[in-house]
Amino acid sequence: MPKSRLLNVSFFRNNSIKGVLGFFIILLSSLSTLAQEVSKAPAESKKMDKVKEFDATEMIMEHVKDSHEWHLWGKSAIPLPIIMITDKGLDVFSSSALEDDKVFTGHKSYKLIEDKVRVVDAGGNILPKENGFFNPLDLSITKNVLSLLFSVIILLLVFISIARTYSVKGVRAPKGVQSVLEPFIMFIRDDVAIPNLGKNYARFMPFLLTLFFFIWINNVLGLIPFFPGGANLTGNISLTLTLALITFILTNINGKRSYWGHIFTPAVPWPLWIIMVPVEIIGVFIKPLALTIRLFANITAGHVLVLSLIGLIFIFKTSLVAVAAIPFTVFISVIELLVGFLQAFIFTLLASLYIGTAMEEHHEHEH
Amino acid sequence: MVGSIAALGAGLATIGAGLGIGRIGGSAMDGIARQPEATNKIQTNMIIAAALIEAVALFSVVISLLGLK
Repeated sequence: MPKSRLLNVSFFRNNSIKGVLGFFIILLSSLSTLAQEVSKAPAESKKMDKVKEFDATEMIMEHVKDSHEWHLWGKSAIPLPIIMITDKGLDVFSSSALEDDKVFTGHKSYKLIEDKVRVVDAGGNILPKENGFFNPLDLSITKNVLSLLFSVIILLLVFISIARTYSVKGVRAPKGVQSVLEPFIMFIRDDVAIPNLGKNYARFMPFLLTLFFFIWINNVLGLIPFFPGGANLTGNISLTLTLALITFILTNINGKRSYWGHIFTPAVPWPLWIIMVPVEIIGVFIKPLALTIRLFANITAGHVLVLSLIGLIFIFKTSLVAVAAIPFTVFISVIELLVGFLQAFIFTLLASLYIGTAMEEHHEHEH
Repeated sequence: MVGSIAALGAGLATIGAGLGIGRIGGSAMDGIARQPEATNKIQTNMIIAAALIEAVALFSVVISLLGLK
């Protein structure tokens, strides 16, 4: 009986990749026609504005922060949808309705104040925040969210294809994308998971691998200066906080009795417990906080450095500075590539270390 | 005088990071000089220790960024 075409690995791999690529090309072309509409509006006001003085801080902050539109080049940008859940209903509209300080009225009136969507009354004045969860809840697709979805699609494509190759062809010498990524997967298994997690490392391998490749690919995407890269996702403290929170939950759910014992009854003479127990309790919370800030600060600092070096050319207003600035920027960008890999590795290593310490069995200690 | 105290603070933190990572690099060089066969292990551990110290320096960069505006 002939195998159905869908069970053939290469059909799925080739056609699903074609399908996703086609979807993205269509999405991009439709979004760029939207971008043309944005660029027509400021033409009239340009004649009246004087050329603004170059503000390096403003340029850097604009590139490092999240935003409700994806700036492409010059004045064209992709306006992203704004989704607000209010207690009266759902408001979905494009962020081009809020540009130039306009007010949009759906169930509530909104205005972009300092790059945040705020609820205003009909005249445009900010209303005080109401109590309750939906005051309103801002679930917009911002630049970082779109970048997150894009990196997730890349990860799914790559790793589902690798997994399918393994399950169909068995464990053999790898070819293609599998051969590039297999050393890293083995590295995480042999040098990160097994030394720290011991014999039940296989339970945590999906989490550690996802963490590593997710952080790595988002770090690298942030270094690409054009769409769809260039969104500073891992430099967003909410994202790193979420990753650290997941690690925190995993650590403490898997904590064995000896782990909690060492926190609340450490192995020191009892008078020292007055100092040790608060320190240990704070340590439980500081470790995920350090993970958060480490990743966020490293990536954001790298972006700020590269942007400052390019901005030097505009601060000095001559192209001669470019002769020195551009090679240095290339050098720093290469270091940032290394830092992107290193920070992903460190996050994964520390996550596995914390989970492993929590899961350590009691008889391995000597008291 | 131009600039801000926040920038001064960030600069001080960089001194700490430079000293710390310099010491790690120096010890790693000594270790590799004594035992060239252990180069890979020493290198890996040096990179990990450097990243952890860098993190502390970047904590203070974050605090100094809070001083902006």
